[in-house]
Formats: sequence, structure tokens, C-alpha cells
Amino acid sequence: MEIGLNHYLVLSTILFAIGLVGVMRRKNLLLLFFATEILLNAVNVAFAAISHYYGDLTGQMFAFFVIAIAASEVAVGLGLLIVWYKRHSSIDLDALTTMKG
Amino acid sequence: MEKYLYIALFAPLVSSLFSALFTATPKKLFTGIIASTLIFVSFIASTILLAYILKGGEPIHVEMMTWMATGDLYIPFGFVVDQISVTMMMVVTLVSTIVHIYSIGYMDHDKGFNRFFAWLSAFVFSMMILVMSDNYAGLFIGWEGVGLCSWGLIGFWYHKEIATWAANEAFIMNRIADLGMLIGIFLVYWNTGTLQYDEAFAVMPSLDTATLTWMGIFLFIGAMGKSAQFPLHTWLADAMEGPTPVSALIHAATMVTAGVYLVVRSNELYSLIPHVGLFIASLGAFVALFAASMALVNRDMKRIIAYSTLSQLGYMFAAAGLGAYWVALFHLMAHAFFKALLFLGAGNVMHAMHDELDPFKMGGLKKVMKWTWIMMTIASLALAGIFPFAGFFSKDTILEAAFAEHHFVIYGVLLFTAGLTAFYSFRLVALIFHGEERYKIFGIHPHEAYRFMLIAMSPLLILAMIAGIFQEPFFGMVEEILSAHEYHIHSHTTLWIMLVGTQLFVGLAILYAYKKYASWSRVPDGTSPIENSFIYKLLFNQYYIPYFYEEYIVKPYREASELFWTKVDMKIVDATVDGIAGIVYGTGKKTRKMQSGNLSTMLKWMVAGLVGLLSLAVVFGLAARYSDKIVIFLSALGV
Repeated sequence: MEIGLNHYLVLSTILFAIGLVGVMRRKNLLLLFFATEILLNAVNVAFAAISHYYGDLTGQMFAFFVIAIAASEVAVGLGLLIVWYKRHSSIDLDALTTMKG
Repeated sequence: MEKYLYIALFAPLVSSLFSALFTATPKKLFTGIIASTLIFVSFIASTILLAYILKGGEPIHVEMMTWMATGDLYIPFGFVVDQISVTMMMVVTLVSTIVHIYSIGYMDHDKGFNRFFAWLSAFVFSMMILVMSDNYAGLFIGWEGVGLCSWGLIGFWYHKEIATWAANEAFIMNRIADLGMLIGIFLVYWNTGTLQYDEAFAVMPSLDTATLTWMGIFLFIGAMGKSAQFPLHTWLADAMEGPTPVSALIHAATMVTAGVYLVVRSNELYSLIPHVGLFIASLGAFVALFAASMALVNRDMKRIIAYSTLSQLGYMFAAAGLGAYWVALFHLMAHAFFKALLFLGAGNVMHAMHDELDPFKMGGLKKVMKWTWIMMTIASLALAGIFPFAGFFSKDTILEAAFAEHHFVIYGVLLFTAGLTAFYSFRLVALIFHGEERYKIFGIHPHEAYRFMLIAMSPLLILAMIAGIFQEPFFGMVEEILSAHEYHIHSHTTLWIMLVGTQLFVGLAILYAYKKYASWSRVPDGTSPIENSFIYKLLFNQYYIPYFYEEYIVKPYREASELFWTKVDMKIVDATVDGIAGIVYGTGKKTRKMQSGNLSTMLKWMVAGLVGLLSLAVVFGLAARYSDKIVIFLSALGV
């Protein structure tokens, strides 16, 4: 069986669903980042696959942009996370409610 | 010469702004003095301009700056000093100067001393704009400005409810008339394409009569409001609630004559539509008689003089309507002098009598107020038109003009009114200054006004006596632009009979007034038969016109307003707005629980939103893709 576009798209959808569940369910901030990464990379897979399918490089270029942005986002996020952990010695999401209105 | 024009125009503005700096502070004598000085400077500048025009100088026309320029519309802040406006400038600045100086004494003990001068000078500035503007738009600005200042000054003693009521009445009635005036100005613009007087008048002869008639009528409606002509006259008598110097300046000498000025200024328009002119003249004659009749029985000194002002405005409109524009302007000038004098005299009496206004409670004041007595007597003689005082020359010329134009009904009405004028004027003088000293019952100790007030009034006294000699030079000056002709009765015998007859008639009216009232001894209490006669009641209640307005216009309007307020405004408009606010508020209240501050919960909501949006996108995408099939399906359902 040859692996075609649909397989990639199904993979991407499954990854995205896993990521979404992770975003909703995880209470640990670090694991939340993992879930976000899964979301982004699910989209990257879809971009790359569709780009290859149409023979158009734009999608792959966009995937690179997403990777670059995700990298910087994780760098900033992890920095903040470390500062937060030093102050509160916890990265539990339920304790993170200073924005409560 | 432009320099003097700007000085004349802006000195009052400086004066007003300067006084306005001190409105919140206690009385400062120097505001009064500086304001008076600046107005006097304006008077001097106007005199120089008058001398220049009298010597035959070309009218001065300046364009200070562009005001509105959009597309074809071009309205500059332009000013013109020609024979008409220089006359008005002289009248305005002269009377204003005198009234300013007089007010220093009159408002001596008033807490609002500084505020008074700020308003009074602002009035002079607006009036100067009104008379000096070279286009209808500028005139309208001045027109509204004097209306505003009049409002502020009638309601100057705002703690008195009746004063604020009178101020609002004057303002609202003028608004009604100003709508007419605005329509008139729009008509001028639409049909001539310009608001500049000279350009608009140049186009007018080529327009058709119907258009011109509407223009004339609507502009005259504006004049009717400002000059308090019937049926918009009731505000003028009520405006007497303001301080007396205000009555002298605004409600006798200057502002109320703005309507006459408008007609005289638009003479080239009105001479094209003589039928409107005849209407103006008839209305003027009617108002002259109507107002004089109300003055006959009134028991309020200032109101009597106010009615006489109304009556004299009627004379001016009668003259202007008959095409005798220069006579109207001349009477305007002479009237300003003697009527301001009369009012300022009445102010002295009021001060002496502790603000008592009923002449029946006075009497015998000539012993203590000799100068005021002399001034008011001479002012009344001038008002009655006795030779050789000012009124004789101006008023008699109006009568001659009516006679020479063969409008004998108007002539008859005006002649009869002249008799009434003499009677009520001297009824007032006799009641105040002659007879028994009835004020003693009320425990009042009258005193003469300050000497400087009397000195300030003296120029008016002199002018009331000698203004007649200006008739010839005045005619020579204005005939250049007012296409005037002197009114001469063809036969000398007729002329003399008319002159002597009028004088005799007026003289008899004066004698009768003296005979009847000079030895009055008691305060009327409403029991004598004459006070209970129908005519007396009719006149005393001003023909029940204020009552009529109150009952049939003000009250229904108020009820309608209440209805609209409670039913339409509260139940529909307010309810809609409140409903929208309520929905937003309610949603917020319900959904604020989402904002728990817990990142995990918020992420769940975010995912929910994402799913919602994605499903919408899918639904719309499918709908767009299968739209043709959906249309067929819907049409099968009969939609």
C-alpha cells in the first residue's frame, strides 16, 4: 500500500486531536508546552504533505516559519516558566490564578 | 480709515473680555470705568468715520478674513461703513457710552457689577457686527449675538424667577422669528448665489416677483421677532424685568431697532415688492395703535415706556414699508435718543422709589428730583412730537410721507396714535412728578440720582432737544444710497394745516393728561367704575394675548411634550437603549464565571471556541458548495 496524502492528513488530524486533549487536560505547565508543540507540528505535517502534493513550496516555507516561531516561543515560555518556578516552586496550573477577575 | 473701523468694532469686544475676567469677583469700580472708556473709544472712532462719510468719502469696505469657502459658497468676514451703517454705529456707540457710564451709578450696589459690564459690552460688540457686516451671514451672527446678550441681561437677576422666565420668553420668541429669517437668507442665497448685500441686490431685479416676495416676507418675519411686532410682541414688555439701563440700551434704543435696520438695509429688495412694503406699513401702523392703546392704562412705569417703544417701532416700520427708508432711519435715530433718556430717567425714579414701578404710588417727585423731572418731561415732549424737539421732525415726516403717498388710513391711524402717545407719556409724567406725594404712605424717602449719572444723561437731553436740526444733513448723507425723495405736500396750505393741526391735537392730548392726572390723590384699588369697564380690563390685560398664548400655545405644547416624554421617549427610545445595555450587562454577568483565572479552564474555552468556529466554517463551506441544490430544495418547499 502506497502512502498518500490522506495518510498524512489523518496523521496530522490525530496528532492535532492529541495536542488539543493535552492542552485541555494537562495541569503541568511544562507538559502544556509539549501539547502545544504537538499541535504546531501536527499543522506542520499537514503543510508539508499538502505542499508536496501540489508541488508548491509555499507550504513547506510556511512550515519552516512555524518551526522558527515555535522555537522562539518555547524559549520565551521556558524562561518565564523557570522564573515562575523559582518564585512559587510549583508549576501547577490550578495554582496559577493571579488573573482571576 | 480701516483702522478706525477696526477700533470701533473691536473696542467693545476687548471691553467685554476684560470685564469678563472679573465676573466671579466682587464689585470692582475699574471694570465699569475701563468698559465705559473702551466704548467711548469706539464712539470716537465711529464719529471719525461719520465725519469722513459726511465729507463725501467713499464707503469703506474691508474684508478681514475668509470665513467659509466651500465650493461655490464664499462668505468672508467683511465689514462695510456706508451711510446707513455709520448712522447705526453712531446711535449704538453713543447710547452705549452713556448707558455704560450711567450703569456705574445704577448698578452701584449690585453684586453682579462686573458681570453686568461683560454682558453689556458683549451686546455692543454683537450690535456693531450686526450693523457693520457687509453680508447677511455676518448680520445673522450679530443678530443671534444681540439675542444672546439680551437673554443674559433680561435674566441678569437670575435669582428672580420672573426675570429668568422673561429672558427665556424673549429668547424663544426670537428663535421662532429667526427661523423665518434663516429661511429668508437661504432664499437669498439660492436665488442670487451670494449673501453679499451689493452682489445680491444687483441680481434681484432679474428675479421673478414671487421669489422676491417670499424673500421679503421671510426676512421680515425675522425683523418682526427682533423688533417685537405683532404677534411676536409680548416678550418686549416682559423684558422690562431686566435692569433699567438694559431696557434703555437694548429694548429701546438699539437691539429692537435691528428689524428696522434690516428692512432699511434690504431697501433695494423691498422697493421691488411694494405689496410686501404695504403689508409692513399696515402692520406697523396697527402695532403703533395697538401698543399705544395698551400703554394708556398700564400701571407699570417701565412697561408703559416699553409699549411706547413698540408703538414707535410701528411708526418706523410704517415709514420703511411705504418706501420712506431714510425717514425710518431718522426716526430710529431720534427715537434712540429720547427713548433712552426716558428710560434712564425712569431708572432714576426707580432708584429713588426703591424699585417701585407703579406711578400711582409716586406723585410730587418734582420737588426732590428736579433734573430727572426736566429730563423726562423733555423726553416725553420729544416723544409726543412737539416742536422743536427731535420727535417733531422725525414723526411728522412719517405722517407727511404717509399723506404724500396717499395712504390716508395709515396716516389717520398714525395721527390718532400720536395723540395717544402724547396722552400716555404725560399721564406718566403727571403721575410721577406732579400731584400729591402719595409715596409717603409707603414710607419711602426719595433722593435724586448721583450727579455723574445726570451728567452722563445730558448728551441725550441735548440731542432729544436739537436732533431735528440734523434732518437736512442726514437727508443729504443717506440720499446717495437710499434712493430717497423728500416728502413734500404739494400745497403749502395743506402742509401748514397738517402741521398746526397735529401740534394742536397732540397739545390738547397733553393738556388733557395733565388735567386728569396732575392732581391725582389716591392709589387706585380696583373699585372705581372705569377700572371695571370692559375696555379698561381688555387693555390692562394686554388684549388677553399673553393669556391666550399661555393657555392655547404654551400649555398644549407642554402637555404634548409631557406626552412624548412619558410615552415615546421613556417607553420606546429609552426602553430600546436600556434594553441593549441590559442585554450586554446580563450576558457579561452570566459569562464572567468563565474568567476564573484558571489557565486550564480558559484553555478549555478556547478549544471550545475553536471547535465552534471550525464547525461554522465547515457548515458555510458546505452550504456554499451545494448552494444550487439548496436553492432547488428551498423552492420545492415553496419559500
